[in-house]
This record gives sequence, C-alpha cells and structure tokens, in this order.
Amino acid sequence: MKAAAFDYLRPADLGEALALLATHKDDCKILAGGQSLVPAMNFRLARPAILVDINDLNELDYLRADADHLKIGALTRHAAFHRPVVEGPLGTLLAKVVRYIAHYPIRQRGTFAGSLSHADPASEWCLVAATLRAEMLAKSVRGERVIAAGDFFHGTFTTALEPDEVLAEIRLPAMAPDWRVGFYEFSRRAGDFALGMAVAAARVEEGTIREARLGVGGVADRAIRLGTLEDQLVGKPASSALIDGIAREARGMIEPNGDIHASPEYRRDLIATSVKRALTEALA
Amino acid sequence: MNWIGRRLPRLEDPALLKGGGSYVADHAGKAAAVCFVRSPVARGTIVSIEMPSDGTVFTGRDLADVKPIRPILHRPDYVAIGQPVLPVDRVSFCGQAVAVVVADDAALAEDLAEQVFVDIDVADAIVDFDTALAPDAAPVHPEATSNVVVEGRMKTQGLDQAFAEAAEIVALDVRSHRQSAAPMENRGGLAEYDAASGRVTLTASVQMPHMLRTGIADTLGIPESELRVIAPDVGGGFGQKMSLFPEYVVLVWLARKLKRSVAWIEDRRENLLASAHGRDQAFSLRGAFARDGRLLGLEADLRSNIGAFSCYPVTCGVEPLMAFAELPGPYDFAEYGVRSRGVTTNTCMMAPYRGVSRPTLTFSMERMMDVAAKRLGIDAAEIRRRNLIKAFPHRSPTGLVYDEGSYLQAMEVAIEAAGLPAFRARQEAMRERGRYLGVGLSVFSERTGYGTPAYAARGMEIVPGYEIVDCTMDPSGDVVLRIGSSPHGQGLKTSLAQLVSDELGVEPQRIRIISGDTDATPYGWGTFASRSMVIAGGSSKLAAGKVAGKLKTIAATLMETSPDDIELKDGWARVSHSNQAMEIGTLARAAYHQSHRFKGLLPGLHENAVYDPGGTFSNASHIAFVEVDIETGGVRVERFLVAEDAGVLINPMIVDGQITGGVAQGIANALFEEIVYDDTGNLLTASFADYLPPTAAEIPEIEIMHMETVSAESVTKAKGVGEGGAIGAPAAVVNAICDALSPFGIELFELPATPQRIREALRRAGGASYA
Repeated sequence: MKAAAFDYLRPADLGEALALLATHKDDCKILAGGQSLVPAMNFRLARPAILVDINDLNELDYLRADADHLKIGALTRHAAFHRPVVEGPLGTLLAKVVRYIAHYPIRQRGTFAGSLSHADPASEWCLVAATLRAEMLAKSVRGERVIAAGDFFHGTFTTALEPDEVLAEIRLPAMAPDWRVGFYEFSRRAGDFALGMAVAAARVEEGTIREARLGVGGVADRAIRLGTLEDQLVGKPASSALIDGIAREARGMIEPNGDIHASPEYRRDLIATSVKRALTEALA
Repeated sequence: MNWIGRRLPRLEDPALLKGGGSYVADHAGKAAAVCFVRSPVARGTIVSIEMPSDGTVFTGRDLADVKPIRPILHRPDYVAIGQPVLPVDRVSFCGQAVAVVVADDAALAEDLAEQVFVDIDVADAIVDFDTALAPDAAPVHPEATSNVVVEGRMKTQGLDQAFAEAAEIVALDVRSHRQSAAPMENRGGLAEYDAASGRVTLTASVQMPHMLRTGIADTLGIPESELRVIAPDVGGGFGQKMSLFPEYVVLVWLARKLKRSVAWIEDRRENLLASAHGRDQAFSLRGAFARDGRLLGLEADLRSNIGAFSCYPVTCGVEPLMAFAELPGPYDFAEYGVRSRGVTTNTCMMAPYRGVSRPTLTFSMERMMDVAAKRLGIDAAEIRRRNLIKAFPHRSPTGLVYDEGSYLQAMEVAIEAAGLPAFRARQEAMRERGRYLGVGLSVFSERTGYGTPAYAARGMEIVPGYEIVDCTMDPSGDVVLRIGSSPHGQGLKTSLAQLVSDELGVEPQRIRIISGDTDATPYGWGTFASRSMVIAGGSSKLAAGKVAGKLKTIAATLMETSPDDIELKDGWARVSHSNQAMEIGTLARAAYHQSHRFKGLLPGLHENAVYDPGGTFSNASHIAFVEVDIETGGVRVERFLVAEDAGVLINPMIVDGQITGGVAQGIANALFEEIVYDDTGNLLTASFADYLPPTAAEIPEIEIMHMETVSAESVTKAKGVGEGGAIGAPAAVVNAICDALSPFGIELFELPATPQRIREALRRAGGASYA
C-alpha cells in the first residue's frame, strides 16, 4: 500500500504553481488536502508523475462574503464550515452539510475546492455547488475564466478544468434571509459516501413558493440539479401533497446507478426520500 | 484482600495507551520488505510467470521442497486438501499468493511486484454453494470427487414420530453472508535469521505461536528447535490469526534462503482478500412444534462455504461440525436430524471467527422460535420459557453435556430490565406517527473452555486443549507466570494476575506474565474458543497453588507451626489465631538461600501445572431495541441489553469489555458487514469503504447484567466469555427488526439485514411508499 514513485514540488505562490502546471500539464496532480488523492495513490489507482503541493499558497486560503457571493478560496478546509461562515440560510446550510463529509480528522485537511476538482459523484460540496448554481473561477498562465456549475461537472472524477488550470475560487450566490434550506443524506455508516442525498432551498412569501433550488447527489455520475422540479414548485403553496408529488417525480426522472450497497431500484427510493425530507425541512 | 472480582484497571493498558505497544511492524524497521504477488483471478491454470530480471522474486517452483499445508480430520467424510505454499500449476481463489518479492523497502517491493506477470488460463470459478453442490459441478480440487469435503449426519430414532405428532411445522431458510473478522491490526511477520545459530525467529501477529512453530517446521521439514515464534502485542485476532498461513511459511523459508531478515506487513486490502473469512452459511430448518409451543424435534440441512482450502490446524470442519453439534443450543428437545456439509469453492479460506457457526445457528433457532410463537399465538418469551433447558446436567441430542447454567433466569432478568410494557405503549404511539420501533430477544448457550476430549471427538489429528503453566516466585517475592495461551487484547494478563494474587497473597502488580514466545513459555495452544480464562486460568491457579503450598511449608517451619495454620495475604504469611507473621519476600529468599533448612522440599519456588477440562457452558440472553426507517430501510439500534452468565467473574470490567466488543461485532453481523464476490470470484469489498465495520456512532451503550452460576467443571469457577456477545446479537437485532415491521408481516432470514434488503422486503410486502 505504497504510492508509485513521484516527484514532489511545492511552489511558494500562485504564479509559480501555475507555471508548473503549464509545464507539466497531465503529468502532474495538485495536492491540497490529499484526502482522496493520497489514498488513490497508495492503492496505485492514481499514479501522477509529479505532485504540485499548493499548501504554501496562503493567498488561496480565504472566505469572503459580499452582497452577491460567498467566495471560497482553494485552500479553505471543510472544517472552516463547522460554524456558519456567513449569517443567514447559506451559512446554516453549509454548516449542516459539512457534518456529513467523512470524519472530523478528514475535514481538517480536505478542501472545498479539492472536493469539486475531484468530482466524486457522492460529494456533498458538488451537490451544493450544482444546486445553488455556483461559479468556478479557474486560473492558469493563460488567464482566468468563470465556469458555471452546470458546465463544470462532466461525470465521475471529470470536470471542465484543463490540465494547466487550478480551481482558485468557488462563488456561491448569496441567499437573502428569507430563504429556507434543507438537506438530507442517507449513508450506511456515519461519514460514509452518500447512497442518496438532496439539497433544497426555497423562498416563501405568504405561504407561496417564490423561488426554489433542488438537487440530488450520490445517485448518478454527478450531482443533478432538478430545474424542472424547481419550476414546478414556484408559484405553489407549500404543502405535504406538493412535496410528495415532487418526490415521486424526482424518483421517476433519474436513471440511478447501482452498486453493491444500492441497486438502481433502491436508489430511486432514496432519491424520493431525500427529496421529500430536504424539501420538508426547507418548507417547514 | 481478595483480588478476584475486582474491577482492576488493566495492567496492559498504560503501555498500550501511551504508544508503548510493541506490534510486529514496530520490530520490522531494518528488515527487507516482502510483497506477495496475488492471483487476479479465482480459478485457472498457471501458464507462465514472467519476472523482472533485476529483482529478488521467487515462485512455487523455487519452493518445490516445501510441503503443502494439509490439516487432517480422521473422519470418513473428510477429504484432505493440500494448500501449496505457493502454487505451481493452478490458482484456486482471487488473492492467492503466487509469487513473492523481496526488496529494500515496501514501495520498491510493490514496484517489483507490478513487474511480475502471471499468465493464467482462466477457468469458470465456483463461488457459491448452489453452483458447488449442483450435480454436474466440476470439483474445485482434482483430488476431491465432489465439492463436499466434510459432512456430518445424524438422526435420532423418534424424529419422524415427532414430525408426525406436530401441531405446527415451522420451516425456514436462513442465509448468513460471508464476513471478515477485521482485526484492527492486519497480519504480519518478521523473520530474522541468526547467523551464529542458524535459527530463525519469526515475530508474527498470531494467536497460536506454538502451533505456528509446529506447522512451519513440518512444512519446511526442519526440527522445531530451528525456529522460534514470538507473538508480540497483537491488535486483535478473533480467530483469524489462529491459522497457519502460507505467507508465514514463505517468510521463514526466505530468511533461511537469503540469510537475512525479511518482513511482510499486510495491508487491509490483502487482509480482506486473502486472510480468512467466515459465516458464509445457508441453513434450512424444520421445527416440529406441539400445540403448547414445545419443540418436539428439529431437522436441519446446513451448508457452510469453506472456501478454497482447509484451515490448519482446526480444518474446514470447524464451521460445519460446530453447527452440526450445537444447533440445539439452549433448548431441551430430544429428536434431531441433521446433515451439515462443508462445501469448497474458489473463494478465500474459511477460518474460525468469534462465535464459529453459533451466530448463524443462534440466529436460525431464535428466528424459528419467534416465527413459531406468532403462528401458535404464544408470546415470544413464553415459547422460550417452555423450551429452555431447566435441569442439569443436560444431555443434548448430539451427546453434549451441559453443566449448570441459568438459561431461563438470564432471560427473565433481561426481560425484567427491558421494561417491555412501557416499550409496547411507546411502540404503539410511535407507529401512529409513522415510526417503527421493535424489540427482539435471543437466548443462547456458549460452549467454552473445552480441552482435548472435545477436539479428539471431532477426529482432529492435532488435538489441542490443555494448557501448561510455569509459576516461579523469585527470591524477592515477585512472581513470573509462563503461559502457553497467547492473549491479543483480552486483558488476560491482568485477570491471571488477579487469580494468582489470591493464591499467593501478593499484589497483582508483582506478577509478571510471559506469553507468546516459544523459547520462553511451555508448549500451549494459544488463545481462541473462549478458553484462556478457563484453561490457562485453571492451570495458573493450580501451579500458583503448588507454590503457595511450598511457601506455607517454609513459613510453618520457620514459625514452628503447621502449614494448615498459615494464611498468605497482602504480602504476608500469617499464623492464624496468633500475631506471628513473616513477609512473603523473606520466605521466598529462604526458599532459595536457606534451602538446606527445609527437609523434603526441592530448593526454590518453581512449579508447573496442567489443566485439561471437559468444558463448561456459559449462557446469556440479549434484548435489542431498534427503530426501522421504512423509507430508507435504515436501522438504528437504540438500546441493547445483555444478561450474561459466565460463572465467577475474575475482573468484571474486563468481562464487560469482552461482551461489549462481541455485541458490537454481532451488530455488525446483523446490519453492516458483508464480503461480496462477483460471479467470477472477484472480491468487490476490498476496503473499509465497501466492507463496513460499524463505528462508535452505530453502536449504542451496551447494558450488561451478570448471573454467576458456579460450575464444578471449572477450577477457577469462571466460564468463558469471549464469544457470547457476537453469538447472540444478530438474532436479537433481526428479531427486533421483524417486530418493528410486524404491521407489514415481514420476516427476515438473511444476514446482514441491510437497508437495501429491508426495502426489498417492504416492497414485496406492499409497504413501500413510492413503490
């Protein structure tokens, strides 16, 4: 259980890091928290020739909130979200979700941006980013670009990032105080990968849903934002019948994958239950 | 002051808790690293093995002189199968070691191993019993004519009559899926070559060091004197570390061949792939019940998947023959018919795992009792009341003799503590809110501390069972106990020290126990089968008793009284009814330095004793409370009670620890852990991301109550308690799930009861929302 040989580089700043990525491209992998990459290397499932360790890049270790966004720098660890990082529903949601990410020691090292770059289908942060319509700021020596969440995730462990790019910042849209949020995840043990999960958020005025966000994760090759169901929620009064109907529709509209822990049929059950419970929490 | 019965903190713990433990890997620093190249397929013919030209690599051809591992049972139904240490012609399971690489460090060894290419002509693997038992199934091993390699059968004369008279016949098919003992420390060994003597010292994470020495010496064809085996601190075994594995033979062979030290530290993937598994069993039962709920007779067809090879020394008979003999469990009925088969397949070898068959057979009997109770309209506790053994000694239909126990009383104590009326009210109220709570009961017997007669009855060529203990008090009055048992986390040294303290009148802190070193301990059988407290404890008590007798004689001589008037306590030898006393240390010094004064006594204080008991039955009742989430199929164990009778408790805290750990593994068995192969025999659960030992978050506090039935079958009055927790818990948990789901009429007979399986059952029962 030892990694294959690799070279280890530790740039001092972002400029140096980007230059290394530009030089080595596919031969290198970025090491941030290493909580997925290092085990994969030890199993020899990942065999990068070069590791570019970005842990000295303090300029990427930040959380900034402005009127429009919460901006999450690439070195922000999961543990930073244990307490709400912003006031209001977004901070509440992130603090709830983070407790489902693996275990406490892993959350001390793993990073938000690392989870998104790794793009595990059962990643909680990928679900949050997809559902809340995050924007990803990618940087390279060629410049920078913003990628919408809908374009960012290409499938299991694959994203829109080019080999010379680093995911430098994630921008989550701010949520006004009148949004309500919900999250539900089912896994076999505390800290396990989700077999099914859902994020829901809604803005309700006088009993009527004005805006909605809904997504499910852990069931297919990437997190799925359920845009058509969001549209169905808008303009309707919140009720358990409405939630039940949405959950049934979610169950039918996704072709889930199967593995030893959950057949596609069982995952459909978990999609429905996760959607129902996340929505129920958000609309309570 | 008496030390027996006290919750003395474990003497082992300060070192373990402060990082002072000494495991195999702690010793392996300077040795060359060994890596095994393992078969990627379950079955096939080895065509060729391509090796890198610049590395140290050996294959089965290099080890041609090494004999296969071939344990023997003297039974006509047993087919002996040899396990080559490294195979030459064919592979029999996915993960079987086919070559070995030696390099300066572990990463280089893995690099080298990647360059070994094994060309295998792949054949269709036989993975499960149904395939293996099909009439046209090709034998897994050419030396066997079928895939049944051990089979026990019996039928009592009145069985047919019992079924003819039955008011209700309950038939059920139980399936227990395969599991791993998953010890915290994987296997590992360091073989060191001593140039001066030519001896090899193997330091290995094992439970039976003497047996390993015998097995390796026999396989290599060398005298045992050329090998020393040390079991240092061992991070859990649960049976998995009893067996002689090919890897250890190869390590000793390498050290002798290369005349250097070599170490293999197993990783988790290898452990799940190639160490040993257990509990892969399918039991079909038919119970004949009278109208009043009495079990009149039992008929059983039991299949155990024993994997590709037979484990040494206990053989592949361990699961099937345990199931054959002990299925009747705690119940009193006369008529029994059974056929129990061990079936070989192209999968990892079965070896003992905590409980050995009894988790599955207890699950089977306890599910049957619950189903019968429902059918006959009798309460679940009441049907057990009518069937439990009440008179002792009890003779089971298979001839086992049960010593005094408390089967009924333990169940009543557990039921009383459970507060069932209040629970039933809460269950009813919660159901109306769509929440499903359940309670489940299990009762079982646990045969423990059995010596050579029990093993000889199985027909084992190697008959384990006795223990020899050497007890020495040195001139300063400190004590050394040398034992053949080999504890690996149980706290045995503390318990033995308490036992010996009461014999010798010295504090436990002054008693040092040496175990796990074949150069320093008497030949013994190690630690397994809930035996050490009973058997090593018995011989420790007897050996210490002899030393105490000698001390009393010396004290009596020096104080001019009779040995019968001497009491050894708190470091002093006191003359009763007087104020005369001498320190035990002074007596010890006299034993060595003034020996001429004691006519008829040999100099010094050194005695040994052997204990070889027939065995004693512990018993317990478990009650589990669960909540089932009917939408996800998830189960949460809310509360768990144990009423345990393990006789006299030497250290109740350690006993509680054994029970708690066992119950945690039992809950794992009930809900979480499952080794899964695909149809080709490829392992799908090769890490703890897919093989799921529960965490502290999934295990509730275990509430434990003790009964103390004193048995004449144990000189320490203690019964074994190592396995009971694991035996009773799966039945209690699944009975509780079925109680929770009783509104849907669901009965589950499969372990583990995973969320997916529970949802399937709900869907079939029409209780699935969204179905």
